[in-house]
Amino acid sequence: MGSQGGFYQSKEFLDLVKSIGEARSKAEEDRIVLNEIETLKRRISEPDIPKRKMKEYIIRLVYIEMLGHDASFGYIHAVKMTHDDSLLVKRTGYLAVTLFLNEDHDLIILIVNTIQKDLKSDNYLVVCAALNAVCKLINEETIPAVLPQVMELLAHPKEAVRKKAIMALHRFYQKSPSSVSHLVSNFRKRLCDNDPGVMGATLCPLFELIARDVNSYKDLVISFVSILKQVAERRLSKAYDCHQMPAPFIQIKLLKILALLGSGDKQASENMYTVVGDIFRKCDSSSNIGNAVLYECICCVSSIYPNPKLLESAADVISRFLKSDSHNLKYMGIDALGRLIKISPEIAEQHQLAVIDCLEDPDDTLKRKTFELLYKMTKSTNVEVIVDRMIDYMISISDNHYKTEIASRCVELAEQFAPSNQWFIQTMNRVFEHAGDLVNIKVAHSLMRLIAEGFGEDDDNADSKLRSSAVESYLRILGEPKLPSVFLQVICWVLGEYGTADGMFSASDITGKLCDVAEAYSNDETVKAYATTALIKIYAFKIAARRKVDMLPECQSLMEELLASHSTDLQQRAYELQAVIGLDAHAVECIMPSDASCEDIEVDRDLSFLNDYIQEAIEKGAQPYIPESERSGMLNISNFRNQDHHEASSHGLRFEAYELPKPAVQSRIPQALIASTEIVPVPEPMYPRESYQTTMPSIPSDAGSAELKLRLEGVQKKWGRPTYTPATSTSNSTSQKTVNGTSQGDGASTVSSMRETYDSRKPQVEVSHEKQKLAASLFGGSSKTEKRPATGHKAAKASSHMVEKSHVPKSSMEVASDKAASAQQPPDLLDLGEPTATSTALQLDPFKQLEGLLDTTEVASAVNGAPAASVSPDIMALYVDTAAGIHNKNDADLLSGLSNPSVTNMPGTTAMPQVTQSSSKRPNPKDSLEKDALVRQMGVNPSSQNPNLFKDLLG
Amino acid sequence: MGIRFILMVNKQGQTRLAQYYEWLTLEERRALEGEIVRKCLARNEQQCSFVEHRNYKIVYRRYASLFFLVGVDNDENELAILEFIHLLVETMDRHFGNVCELDIMFHLEKAHFMLEEMVMNGSIVETSKANILSPIQLMDKAS
Repeated sequence: MGSQGGFYQSKEFLDLVKSIGEARSKAEEDRIVLNEIETLKRRISEPDIPKRKMKEYIIRLVYIEMLGHDASFGYIHAVKMTHDDSLLVKRTGYLAVTLFLNEDHDLIILIVNTIQKDLKSDNYLVVCAALNAVCKLINEETIPAVLPQVMELLAHPKEAVRKKAIMALHRFYQKSPSSVSHLVSNFRKRLCDNDPGVMGATLCPLFELIARDVNSYKDLVISFVSILKQVAERRLSKAYDCHQMPAPFIQIKLLKILALLGSGDKQASENMYTVVGDIFRKCDSSSNIGNAVLYECICCVSSIYPNPKLLESAADVISRFLKSDSHNLKYMGIDALGRLIKISPEIAEQHQLAVIDCLEDPDDTLKRKTFELLYKMTKSTNVEVIVDRMIDYMISISDNHYKTEIASRCVELAEQFAPSNQWFIQTMNRVFEHAGDLVNIKVAHSLMRLIAEGFGEDDDNADSKLRSSAVESYLRILGEPKLPSVFLQVICWVLGEYGTADGMFSASDITGKLCDVAEAYSNDETVKAYATTALIKIYAFKIAARRKVDMLPECQSLMEELLASHSTDLQQRAYELQAVIGLDAHAVECIMPSDASCEDIEVDRDLSFLNDYIQEAIEKGAQPYIPESERSGMLNISNFRNQDHHEASSHGLRFEAYELPKPAVQSRIPQALIASTEIVPVPEPMYPRESYQTTMPSIPSDAGSAELKLRLEGVQKKWGRPTYTPATSTSNSTSQKTVNGTSQGDGASTVSSMRETYDSRKPQVEVSHEKQKLAASLFGGSSKTEKRPATGHKAAKASSHMVEKSHVPKSSMEVASDKAASAQQPPDLLDLGEPTATSTALQLDPFKQLEGLLDTTEVASAVNGAPAASVSPDIMALYVDTAAGIHNKNDADLLSGLSNPSVTNMPGTTAMPQVTQSSSKRPNPKDSLEKDALVRQMGVNPSSQNPNLFKDLLG
Repeated sequence: MGIRFILMVNKQGQTRLAQYYEWLTLEERRALEGEIVRKCLARNEQQCSFVEHRNYKIVYRRYASLFFLVGVDNDENELAILEFIHLLVETMDRHFGNVCELDIMFHLEKAHFMLEEMVMNGSIVETSKANILSPIQLMDKAS
């Protein structure tokens, strides 16, 4: 077939594409496109353009937009083209329209009519083209115009139409769930479609539906499991195979769905264990797609109700991923590890060195993923190392989006696990200094509140120490140039509030600094306002202490400037300062009490001080006030609005009478909340939080509540008690003990011994001392676990179980490492994920490589043939026959042939020896000759400027 | 949603095909393509084929002079997307025969038609090469 289509194209089009292809710079490309726009503007509106010519014009328009220029002048012609009788022209028209227009474009209304007509066409390809357009162009308002027809098409005899119709319905559901809520059952029906393509497509909408409402689909668990089983047993047509994996994309979708359905549901999960275990065993771990399915299995296993055997398989796969040379697999391994440690935290320790390697890898993607993992496994014991690393990394990157994210994570971890106040302040200083403008202002507020409220409620001494250290560090930091505004606000506030509190610094020191700040950041009004208020406080405290106030000259000049400021806010603050300075000590004490930022200001909500005034008014004949709730006959607007919101589904006018306002609306919400918390998985005893509550019932209730609302608000209470944080970690580990029958401490030591055996086997023993130290600090130094006295006796009790337990994982580990070692020896040719291995092998010995290629081809085709014969006649036989006809043996050979060049075309093999290239390709030189001839005819030849244009993608 | 966009870009950074599954204005597309292409082209071959960008990920793969970039949501299986790219290339290869950059440039609409069969609403809906190509072959025959 080749490029013969090219003969239908005009010289003009070929020239255009050629020149775009050869453009050396963006500027040159822009010039070509602008030129093209001028030409097309002139030509496209000429009368009587032949269809084929018009189609070409439209594709040229697509080029214009693709290269970043506006082609709106030609949209209408694309719309017109959708009316055409020729299928190819029509479909090109639809394609252009979907590329050009969004669903709210004015021209859509002109297309809806055509779509309606085409949906009724006898030619199923026309119907498909229209359904493609439906998926892209129909918006909420136009759904009703095509919905009835789409519904009819769900039963169309052609499977391609049914598939597209189900996706159109899916689209409607995405756009406006309420408009198709009564039709959702169709998705369930299509799951039983006898075409695997339709069934596979139906999984997409079902996945979304289940994600929104798991409980309504629990009945489908059995069906999904049996479908997955049949897919895994190769009952589907071989047309869906990918590198000998049976329909992997369908498997992955099903595993995703099972993960949702099994989450926190023991009964549902138990149905899945067998099939997931089978897939773990059957998966070809040497191919990219096999690993994709394995990864999805891990995701599923870590989401459903835990099963020890599956967790073990998952851990095996993870360790294989992490030990791989491929960065892609390492990345997946780190991600999978992050999922699994939620259930079995102890597995992180086996991989500590691999994790640290990834952390120090120059590959940014891998590094980020590893930070994500560290974030998930932060505890009070390793918080310092992790947060330090995170901040260092944060400073080194320039991507603001990620900087913001990592800054807020640092803050979160610091608030949750800070080991000491000093460390906390220092950490926050670093975060603010380097990413101050990126962090949420709330973080600044909570820091101020933290410093104000103090940490130990009963230890004033510690609080004031903390404040002095904060003041001291801030005065030092103020010397730095260009601090972020948010940070300055915090500094000013703290200096104002506590700058002179401990008597270390004099008022003039502090006020001098504050004036400097106001001057240095003179175009930041917020900072200036904070500085002024801080000045007010400093002077007020001094007056209250009955000492003489003498204003610094720079302070005076600042005041004069602010008194005349354009900002009313600054002006007011300046006047307030002036007024305060003029007051006597007693008055100042009342308006500016020292260290009173935490005092509650009592607000008199009843406004009782107005009672006299009201009484007087009523006596004079005014109407008394009737509270809102007691007013009758008046529409309760807020209630009404709520209802309206709930019933937004029904558009247009409502003809039934309005219901009476329901006072129950508000009480309904909390009920719903309660209900939803009940839905949330409770029974996992392995999750630290639940078990923590069960094993430590005697914990004071206030500490328990602090534990529950850790984030931002109220966090300081949690880490305020230096004794409390360690207590959590110990209680965590004890709870695991009771649940697993293994202690964390003991588990760690066995694990480490296992690791040692493994390490000795590995050739590279020279793990640097530094790395090990880092590992120890991150993972809590597995071998020398300091057992806390509180956990000691429990650990001893549990150790007897441990003896029995420990040898099981050990042996499995050995097997795994053996496997890994043997797998590493021959360079794995089919593994797409490992470009480095193949490319180095190639450089070594191209001929050996060639032999390997041929071998695998034979093996591959043999494997291909075998299962086809063993397909048993079954319900699923329906699936098989459809594509079997098209997919003959020749095809299968081509396929396996293809899978090999795909290895060689991995990045890095451009310098591949000629021998391999020619032999690994399919033997059709005729094809390339033809292409060459065509190309020459067009006047583009490989020796011209851009030879890459001719390079086969799979070569 | 899953897949947000599919781009084919050559190693000079010139767009060869762009398909978006959520609407972006022309300016947004231009900015996005510039940003991510710069990011991906700067990476070497040993590094991951994945790049995190804002709140989504890009999975990319290079074939000769052409980069295939797929923007996906964060919960998408990266290796599967990598395989999807390969499937796309294999499909094009089956149709064009030793597909190269010029084939895609001269038959832009066909490349799009293949994508239309494979991906709808940002989800992968068809992975059988025969099913993907049959409507295109039928159309070729008819015209």
